[in-house]
Amino acid sequence: MPEEMKTLVVTGLRTQFNTAKGPVAAVRDVNLKVARGEIVGLVGESGSGKSVTGLSIMGLIDAPGEITAGAILLNGEDLRKASPKRLRELRGDRIAMIFQDPMMTLNPVLRIDTQMIEAIRVHDHKVGRQEARERCRDALGLVGIPSPEERLEAYPHEFSGGMRQRVAIAIAMLNRPDIIIADEPTTALDVTIQSQILAQMQKLCRDTGTALIWITHDLTVVAGLTDRVYVMYAGDVVEEAPVEDLLDRPIHPYTDGLIRSIPSHNAPGQPLNQIPGITPALDRMPAGCRFHPRCPRRTDACLEEIALRSFGPAREARCIHPLVEG
Amino acid sequence: MSAALITAEGISRRFAKHPDLAARIANKLGAHHASRVVHAVDDVSLSVNEGEVVGLVGESGCGKSTIGRIIAGIDSPSDGRILYRGEDMAKAEGARARHIALKIQMIFQDPLDSLNPRYRMGEIVREAPRYHRVAPARELEAHVDSVLERVGLDPRTKDRFPHQFSGGQRQRIGIARALAVNPELIVCDESVASLDVSIQAQIINLFMRLRRELGLSYIFISHDIGVVRHISDRVVVMYLGRVVEEAPVEELFAHANHPYTQALLREVPRLDNRHISFTPLSGEIASPLAPPPGCHFHPRCPFAMDVCKRVRPALLEIAPGHKSACHLNTEPAAAAAEA
Repeated sequence: MPEEMKTLVVTGLRTQFNTAKGPVAAVRDVNLKVARGEIVGLVGESGSGKSVTGLSIMGLIDAPGEITAGAILLNGEDLRKASPKRLRELRGDRIAMIFQDPMMTLNPVLRIDTQMIEAIRVHDHKVGRQEARERCRDALGLVGIPSPEERLEAYPHEFSGGMRQRVAIAIAMLNRPDIIIADEPTTALDVTIQSQILAQMQKLCRDTGTALIWITHDLTVVAGLTDRVYVMYAGDVVEEAPVEDLLDRPIHPYTDGLIRSIPSHNAPGQPLNQIPGITPALDRMPAGCRFHPRCPRRTDACLEEIALRSFGPAREARCIHPLVEG
Repeated sequence: MSAALITAEGISRRFAKHPDLAARIANKLGAHHASRVVHAVDDVSLSVNEGEVVGLVGESGCGKSTIGRIIAGIDSPSDGRILYRGEDMAKAEGARARHIALKIQMIFQDPLDSLNPRYRMGEIVREAPRYHRVAPARELEAHVDSVLERVGLDPRTKDRFPHQFSGGQRQRIGIARALAVNPELIVCDESVASLDVSIQAQIINLFMRLRRELGLSYIFISHDIGVVRHISDRVVVMYLGRVVEEAPVEELFAHANHPYTQALLREVPRLDNRHISFTPLSGEIASPLAPPPGCHFHPRCPFAMDVCKRVRPALLEIAPGHKSACHLNTEPAAAAAEA
């Protein structure tokens, strides 16, 4: 597919935070592509830069953070070059974000209808209040909120956690955006509620052609939900692959270690395969491959900077000792 | 089978919202303000044998943490009793009470919340064994060092504060603190939930190694079915304050009986499910303030019958060691008619 057909193309993104000890890069040289209707997983542990990548795409990085390089093309338009006014027009209309905590989205002192109607009319002044209200009601019904007409008049505290997250999802979907970035939206929820929300997100993407970036640390969710996956470690994308390839034939030793450490992948009662050591702090990154101190396959050559390279169609990894040869 | 180390018999725990001043005055004047009571745990019995790991699973508000806290002695039950090797813990007094209380320790979800930020790591681990004279004063430091080494912490870092450790190391401090008084049972409440996947594996391996080396028993409370399956010998499933099913781990995963357990196991995301269409259980978890009558699960249950709305199903043995609380097991005729 040609690049201009993609909904979102991120190239060479670098986001750094300027600290008293000097700048530290939370995200460096990240490339992402998402096609219309595609569900992409962005997987990583704490400090991998996955959330900062999402916030950078949304233009929500504030001082002392700063995007210092790269381009973020939404339908061909570079968001880094867009004015603050243009960004406000796009956010909530063409591109939307769902956070782990729905109270990041919801205003606790306003009724749900007030917040939802505002989200429609701020982007399209021609829509009347009554029509906007009907669209809000339908949106709540779509995400599975019972008796949406009455619930429109409720305040956020009158909803349970799972219901609040559904309201946040309904708001993100209101204007049928081209892409939604979801940052661990189901991590705090119970299993049965999580699977309700996954079902609805999946259906909405299929029905409306909205693209979705699902940021998570949970590979088991990624397995069922996504088409393609990017794995991040310490600010780098270390592997990119269709979901089957990634889970069945991982290339990067970090991806392999993550998959092996999942309990269901190990015989019950036996010791789990573990990745030794911990994720390095941002201001004390090892030279070369950032994973090398924890990697069973490391050699002296890993002390050099490693570039992403291709391992066949739609597969890239940042490793010189891959588990699968390309 | 080895003898029961801890037995919880008919434990209930109710939390009441006490009426405020206005409500008390109104009541004096003849109004009838019912106080709101939450049945967090409703007539739950369970036991842990020596050296056994019991997994306790369920969703938010099902009472799994409350029962854990009651067994650990942090909270006391409204009804029922806890037996340590057959001895009622509430009836023990003085030195004996303190001695058996030490045998059960607890490890919490967020180590930063449960470690005093102003204590150095060494003090955190040393405090309890010093107070309870677990080791003679001369040998106390050696005792602390050996516990630290056992959980994989460097005794040279004893002077550091909790915030100077990583998440996984903080959890190890919590484990060392519990081990320092030589417990026999450890209640782990979501003890690996806040850790990254690669660190979670390290801590689970540590739990299993300690069990082998020290013959520890665990009650492992978690919403993560994958973790519970990996570490447990027996699993207890709770829903809204009640036990709905209990079975040896492989029996439960092979032959889940209760419709809630079946739904729970089906909806756990799995690595080998690709591009699946999620077909979720409908409905919300009911509020424990106003649980549905009869079987608490009936409003969400695909097999709900008339009797489920009226009568609480008893927890009955359906196979050796396998108990389930479902009317389908006792009224197969009715179930067949419904189907």
